[in-house]
Amino acid sequence: MSQLLKTPLQSPDPGLRAVYAAKLEEFIRTTDNVVGLDADLMRSIDTYPLWKQRPDRMVECGIAEQNMVGVAAGLSSEGFVPFVHSFAAFSSRRAFDQLMMSCAFAQLNVKLIGSDPGVATQVNGGSHTANEDIALMRSLPNVTVLDICDAVQLRQFMEQAAAAYGVFYLRFPRCAVPRIYADDAVLTIGKAETLLDGGDLTIIASGLEVHEAVLAADLLAQEGISARVVDMHTIQPLDEDCVIRAARETGAIVTAENHSLHGGLGSAVAECLAEHCPTPMERVANRSFGDVGSLSYLIKHFDLDAASIAAAAKRVLPRKKC
Amino acid sequence: MLSHEYELTLKNSAQDIRVGIMHMIGRAKLGHVGGSLSIADLMAVLYGGQLRHDPKQPRWDGRDRIVLSKGHAGPAMYAALALRGFFPMEWLDTLNQPPTNLPSHTDRTRTPGVDMTTGSLGQGASSAAGIALAGQLAGKDYYTYLILGDGECEEGQVWEAAMFAVAHKLERLIAFVDFNGKQIDGTIEEIAGVADFEEKFASFGWNVISVADGNDVRAIWEAVEQAKATLNGKPVCIVLHTVKGKGWKFAEDAEYNHCWAIDDAQTADALRDFEAARVQKGDKA
Repeated sequence: MSQLLKTPLQSPDPGLRAVYAAKLEEFIRTTDNVVGLDADLMRSIDTYPLWKQRPDRMVECGIAEQNMVGVAAGLSSEGFVPFVHSFAAFSSRRAFDQLMMSCAFAQLNVKLIGSDPGVATQVNGGSHTANEDIALMRSLPNVTVLDICDAVQLRQFMEQAAAAYGVFYLRFPRCAVPRIYADDAVLTIGKAETLLDGGDLTIIASGLEVHEAVLAADLLAQEGISARVVDMHTIQPLDEDCVIRAARETGAIVTAENHSLHGGLGSAVAECLAEHCPTPMERVANRSFGDVGSLSYLIKHFDLDAASIAAAAKRVLPRKKC
Repeated sequence: MLSHEYELTLKNSAQDIRVGIMHMIGRAKLGHVGGSLSIADLMAVLYGGQLRHDPKQPRWDGRDRIVLSKGHAGPAMYAALALRGFFPMEWLDTLNQPPTNLPSHTDRTRTPGVDMTTGSLGQGASSAAGIALAGQLAGKDYYTYLILGDGECEEGQVWEAAMFAVAHKLERLIAFVDFNGKQIDGTIEEIAGVADFEEKFASFGWNVISVADGNDVRAIWEAVEQAKATLNGKPVCIVLHTVKGKGWKFAEDAEYNHCWAIDDAQTADALRDFEAARVQKGDKA
């Protein structure tokens, strides 16, 4: 609930790359089976010093993501727990068949990391922008799909993913991001978090869009509209109870995601609502390929900012069934 | 050194595997005949002594690992596994008939003795490299055997894995290329250009052993012995020059011999060929 929300949203945290590297270092120090794999991006995700320190547990795979994911499958079949990193575009699009057959279909235990999804790609631009990764990953049965919003969540979900058997996909920006959760928040994969309560509509957001959703709720409050804000960090398996409750209690839904309009959070929520509780909804998501720019520019450019979410809320409200 | 007597045993064992292959595919009425028959002799050598295994404990930690990356040759592996006692021979009646434990492509979740799920070509090269790396990281002494198809080597992932295996000094990784020269749409040479696998793997930094008759159990046996003894910090590739459809004259001669519908008369014809090829004590090798 709202006590989870850190106020103000100024972040005391380092970039999520450092959070990832520190947690991986901890796993390697405290377990005998976690290994880290990378495709020539250790310097980009801050694990390069760890590789130099622990070459017995960090595996440099070179610019060959398909092989990397297959190697991870082999390591997993021997009892290792591989954390496999590349930019989201490459760990998802480039190695999708390998993830499907060698990892998921083979029922192995691989944790795939996609860094800098969607607009977090920033100046790497459209070629490197993964707006499709959630859609791809959630088409695979039993793959857990996580869109991570801050450092607290990243640490906890890395721990939960390492402890659970199966294929997990974790996407997060490498840069520092606003803090959403208090240090002592307790988060659970598969269980959505209601960050702000409200009665007029519910904004269901994930990843970078959680922060924008919180800001949008403020904008709406200034106009007398009371928005519930949900962090739907786990896209698969979706917390359907939370979605249905939000639909029944607030009567209107806006989804917000740093991903394609097709196949991501908005699609997952729409499928749930269509089956269980048809409800007016609007989706805030990316409708085109990526581009170069700063994060703040791209969030605005692709209409993913708080103002766009608030505008979507105002479009959906008149459609509510009274 | 392989005794003459054991060589004859292996030759007959290869025929037993061929019988198993045609039994399965004959019952299923459809299957990957050519590429299964071409590796029957390799399977006889591996399961006849070169591959450390225990049929009673398919996941025994001390076993050698095996990845049939050309997963469509599953019937060859299934026949070998059943003959070794990994599962009852009756399972061979069930190829591709649900709810079978023997799907057309090998699947680690369904078949005792299968270490990795394969089928999408090229992927077994990487998973085998991962298994070999795991052994190295854990200080284990098992060998990882990887069986690649020649057409499969058109997949870029094979060469990603080939580089990786050298970079990580996977000296206990032993790959075979079943170089039978044919793929679905034609010959390897027509489709992939010149396919000199010895040169290609050597240029990637592998130890290479060329076996001129890749259907000769003695030659395969000796190549594996040599590969196991090499241990010079590099993986080993054994290029087996084989015949697609080996052992069944009709299949050997057919222009298209990858996968086709089999009728009972064809199965009987194949079984006659296999029977005729059996050897007896006192025969020349």
